[in-house]
Amino acid sequence: MTAPPEGSFLSGQLPAAAEEPAAAAELAAAYEEPGLGRRALTSLRRDPVALISVLAVVVLALVAVFAPLLAPHNPLQAYPNGLSADGAPIAPGSQFLLGTDPNGRDVLSRLIYGAQVSLLVGVVATSLASIIGVLVGGIAGYAGGIVDSVLMRITDVVLSFPILLFCIALIAITGPSTRNVMLVIAFGYWTYLARIVRGLVLSLKEREFVIAARTLGIGHSAILRRHILPHLVPAIIVYSTLGVATSILIEASLSYLGIGVPLPQASWGQMISQGQQYFQSAPWLLIAPGVALIVTVLAFNLAGDWLTDLLDPETTGARR
Amino acid sequence: MTDPAHVQSIATEQTAAAPPVVDVRDLRVHFKVHRGLLGSQLVKAVDGVSFAIAAGETLGLAGESGSGKSTVARTLVRINRPTDGSVLLAGAETARLSGQDLRAYRRRMQMVYQDPYDSLDPKMTIKDAIGEGLSVRGVPRARRKSEVEELLARVNLPVALAGRYPGQLSGGQRQRVSIARALAVSPEVIICDEAVAALDVSIRAQVLNLLKDIQADAGVSYLFISHDLSTLRFMADRIAIMYVGRLVEYGAAEQVFSQPAHPYTQALMAAVPDIANLGGPRPAPLPGEPPNPASPPPGCAFHPRCPLAVDLCRTVAPPLVRKATGQLAACHVVPDAPEVTP
Repeated sequence: MTAPPEGSFLSGQLPAAAEEPAAAAELAAAYEEPGLGRRALTSLRRDPVALISVLAVVVLALVAVFAPLLAPHNPLQAYPNGLSADGAPIAPGSQFLLGTDPNGRDVLSRLIYGAQVSLLVGVVATSLASIIGVLVGGIAGYAGGIVDSVLMRITDVVLSFPILLFCIALIAITGPSTRNVMLVIAFGYWTYLARIVRGLVLSLKEREFVIAARTLGIGHSAILRRHILPHLVPAIIVYSTLGVATSILIEASLSYLGIGVPLPQASWGQMISQGQQYFQSAPWLLIAPGVALIVTVLAFNLAGDWLTDLLDPETTGARR
Repeated sequence: MTDPAHVQSIATEQTAAAPPVVDVRDLRVHFKVHRGLLGSQLVKAVDGVSFAIAAGETLGLAGESGSGKSTVARTLVRINRPTDGSVLLAGAETARLSGQDLRAYRRRMQMVYQDPYDSLDPKMTIKDAIGEGLSVRGVPRARRKSEVEELLARVNLPVALAGRYPGQLSGGQRQRVSIARALAVSPEVIICDEAVAALDVSIRAQVLNLLKDIQADAGVSYLFISHDLSTLRFMADRIAIMYVGRLVEYGAAEQVFSQPAHPYTQALMAAVPDIANLGGPRPAPLPGEPPNPASPPPGCAFHPRCPLAVDLCRTVAPPLVRKATGQLAACHVVPDAPEVTP
């Protein structure tokens, strides 16, 4: 054997190696990851479905915000010329682009204002649900033990009701109003996020960097804020986007049943409910809000899927 | 079963040198493991371990997977709670601290973890990670930037890395950042739990040399945990060998490496490949596998694999006592040091 005895590790000598840091720093710079914005643009260019759904969400948001400017008519006004001579709704035409409803109101304007209600309810309810869900799930997962058991059993109880039934029961107690609809949906939906967040926190708190922070002498609230919450953000964004779709659907269902957004305010669910009586003589009453609802829910769901792929809550923050 | 004789012997072992920074006496860490619906079982991960580390000294702790060496480390930094025994830091009992006292204690005992890919928060820049340690020590915000740069220089990293994320660094660089973060709180003891096991050999040597330099500068003590004996030989002043939750051998590194007393230590040494002796006759490998710590064999836990085992080994656990070769070992068969009559 030609290897000198000094080469043996048991001899107690370790070879000194070339200086690594400078070279590796250059290497790291060369492999710098592209920023999130750039990655988002690239993936949108490659995925036309995602591009369309994200555009749809943006357009919807713009329509909702600028509803007063975009609506051709007053959505609440019953126009005398909005009904035919024998009192039937007018079909889509040049004066009323999407026709009128049985009260002689402009369907397009009601649709546009309905978007406002849908998005408002969807976003506010989901935001509230996210805040409750992250707090409950985060505390349960981090604290563990009895706190975890109590919070999660409460979550299970809420989760065991079908969410729509749960919301109907709550509305029956609180009475229908736009505000109550938002609160009720938030109260039904937070459980989903709480479960997901708890699961993530359970695994995060065993990660070495969290343990290292603890042994460094950092307090619990600082660990939650600095080391746990940033890792939850992708999951929160993804599930909130999906939650907006769910909330819009629940709001439409409640309004369809007549216990959602109160009349005469326009809401898609309520328009569908009204339109179904006339679907043979005036199908546009059903088709217009129906298509709007389908497109909106689909757009939020597909945008949510795209965000999942982009932010990838499974591997973000994990070893690469 | 507390064994006063063995606790005593560790203390006398140490009196010759400077008073110890860390003095662990009869440490026990037991876990309750739930089995099935109702059953539960007590796993004695660490069962009566005593050792001491002097200021500026390195204690190497070796043993197979499952021997409890990582549990010892995790208990010292209080990720796990000690079931029994005492941990003295600079003479003060710390095993039962909680709340603010525990946080103050944690500052003095730091750990560098095995996995450089998981021990740094991937969403936190290097300067924030190190700055977090500085904030714990109460360094004012205005001075943090310069102190971070100082610490980076101390672990031989370019200051330009301060704004980077761990994902942009190599394994060796991350491990240096971990060391810098530990140093940021100016601890008295740093525990390295397999801290270089995940690194390439050439980088491993650099990190080990860095650790030695830091020790020479700052006088920190290390508890260096590794299953790699060549690394320990390079680093340690004193060696402790663990087998299934207990120490089987404990003594000066020189002594343990040149004349291993316990048959288990001998087998470990023999299993290290030696480049100088490649192709030569190899000793027979140790038969069997380490026992499940949940149900260790009665008597000496090593007896089913031990070439020297006698009947006594199967019933009575041997105490850790001074052997003829000078170090402490727990074995009935290996001859004890002759009684010294005062």
